[in-house]
Amino acid sequence: MTTQAWTFIFIGGTFAVYLTIAWLARVQDTQGFYVAGRGVPALANGMATASDWMSAASFISMAGLISIMGFSGGVYLMGWTGGYVLLAFLIAPYLRKFGHFTVPDFVGSRFDSNLARVVAVICAIFISFTYVAGQMRGVGVVFSRFLEVDINVGVTIGMAIVFVYATLGGMKGITWTQVAQYWVLITSFLIAAIAISIKLTGIPVPQVGLGASLQPEFSDGQLVYFLDRLNEIQTDLGFNRYTQAFVGAWDKANVFLVTLALMVGTAGLPHVLVRFYTVRNVRAARWSAFWALFFISLLYMTAPATAAFARYFMIQSLNGETEETLPAWFENWENTGLILWFDDGDGEVLYSGTDDNEIFRSGSLGQTELDEVRSQHQQWLDTGGLSGEDGREVLRTMGLSGPDGDIIVLATPEMAELATWIIALLAAGGLAAALSTASGLLLVISSSVAHDIYFRLINPAANEKQRLLMGRLVIGVAVIIAGFFGIYPPGFVSQVVAFAFGLAAASFFPAIVLGIFSKRVGTVPAVAGMVVGIGFTAFYIIASVYGGMSPWTFGVFKNGISPQGIGTLGMLLNFGVALSLTPFCEPPSAASREMVDSVREPEVSEPALAA
Amino acid sequence: MPDQGNREAKSAHKRYWRKNLQIMAILLIFWACASLGCGVLFADWLNQFRLPFTGFPLGFWFAQQGSIIVFVLCILAYCLLMNALDRKYQAELQALRNHSGY
Repeated sequence: MTTQAWTFIFIGGTFAVYLTIAWLARVQDTQGFYVAGRGVPALANGMATASDWMSAASFISMAGLISIMGFSGGVYLMGWTGGYVLLAFLIAPYLRKFGHFTVPDFVGSRFDSNLARVVAVICAIFISFTYVAGQMRGVGVVFSRFLEVDINVGVTIGMAIVFVYATLGGMKGITWTQVAQYWVLITSFLIAAIAISIKLTGIPVPQVGLGASLQPEFSDGQLVYFLDRLNEIQTDLGFNRYTQAFVGAWDKANVFLVTLALMVGTAGLPHVLVRFYTVRNVRAARWSAFWALFFISLLYMTAPATAAFARYFMIQSLNGETEETLPAWFENWENTGLILWFDDGDGEVLYSGTDDNEIFRSGSLGQTELDEVRSQHQQWLDTGGLSGEDGREVLRTMGLSGPDGDIIVLATPEMAELATWIIALLAAGGLAAALSTASGLLLVISSSVAHDIYFRLINPAANEKQRLLMGRLVIGVAVIIAGFFGIYPPGFVSQVVAFAFGLAAASFFPAIVLGIFSKRVGTVPAVAGMVVGIGFTAFYIIASVYGGMSPWTFGVFKNGISPQGIGTLGMLLNFGVALSLTPFCEPPSAASREMVDSVREPEVSEPALAA
Repeated sequence: MPDQGNREAKSAHKRYWRKNLQIMAILLIFWACASLGCGVLFADWLNQFRLPFTGFPLGFWFAQQGSIIVFVLCILAYCLLMNALDRKYQAELQALRNHSGY
């Protein structure tokens, strides 16, 4: 059977499962709609959190980034898992004890201020829409590459599915669908990695295979560690050694700051935080944080292996090939612009880390611009450099050297010549990752608007029925807006994701942690801290990404601070402002202090005894 | 509830909270040492060693795998310790209640 036939089977099958679950998990009240009736077992919530968290970015892009960055790819691995430790220790159990519906709810109640609530709602909505845009791009990539349908058709199908199960079942439908989606995405990711690991190292555990020796047929019969061989290949071609720490712009200071910003940002992301409202009690909240990280770690420990194996295949299967001998996967992906070849005239591909590199990507270049570069390059080749322009130099100065990281995960099975059904399974996995995250985010948007704005601020007298209708209405509108982002993707998605983490790190995290661990911090310091934290972080990112501001060095950081890492400073600033204003401001009201006490108190009645 | 029982319940809660902070602080030290320490600050130095019996340079291993293993273990330890602490606290409260004939 062809890849395409398999893809239809897998995608059709998984979609049917999602819809069935949606029908079985439909809900009739706001408890069910926002927090799944608070009846989700810890293990299931852990699984749902894992697939909620692991987005198209984790599934499709992360291994690609690691593959290109080598050692520094660890910032994503550590950042996106280390945040769960902070979440489990500092936030999850207390938020569950508080036991309302949303994160702005907590901020608004603890700091006794509608201003704080509104600031939190704006952050939640901004972060969620930023993220959803990225998910929709992932859905588009998978559909257009594997089913060869128009991207718009693909996005519409994906949106229709999410629309059905999110409006019908709210958080309950989303939770159980996410559990199913976790299995689809983890199975597909692991099967591909295992197959490649066996092929290269003979070891069926990719995490171990990464540190093992190469199979004799790949190393001319010598016994050599895979990583050593990869380092050697990289150096031969003018790249840095794969395992070498702190190369290029990724100096120690930036690796440190970005890792910390991603960790803290992870702990402040609203769609992950709300998942902890859905479990039965505090104890279950702790366990579900453990299960979430455990299930996430299965993918995150595999990604570095996939990344390094893909790096090896990418270099080995391209270098020295000619127009006729180029592998089929190259042509499949060339159409998407994610990988391009500009020959220097000798007819042989060379992918290297120096100026003679011939492999590029189109990045944000439009088709017409790219065609222009191509025709200039052809002219340059035909005239022996007399007229036209060397396309390699043009693209290099634009920073478009090397393939786009997004093809790594999806193309590796093709590079490694694995069976067609594995390739198709990956397509279903990519869709599961994108759809599960999108639905979690849409629910945050819905609850922020329908619960925090409509019910808490505009119409507190609304009855259950009106609130549920409002929730469904908002989620429906949000799905349509998200679909719009998918069809007309904003070109700045990847940069904006850094924004989302920076904002979460600089706003929610300090506000929630101070709210729980200090009884003294009141309304004014907390709101001032959030506003300064967000303002500073947003200013730095906007100015350096869009305004051309050169990164700040403070006289100590050699390369300046990357916009991805600025959230760390924003967070410190938030803490600093809040804590230094506190002695001069009024302490929180007796009601707020009582709330902190009750949040810190473990549950008195054991549900096990009560049952 | 008589005043004395109330005071003792308060001090039990205080002890509970202090113990909670202690557990958290210790585990956060492990968290920071594995990731920001071994995975970042000392990674270049650690890279001269290898994880025994494998091809992993040690700093690289901490940055891409080791720290994640430590994170999972940290949360596991937290769950076990805290849930036990919760139970102990509840037993203390129960004893107080029985004592005061409440």
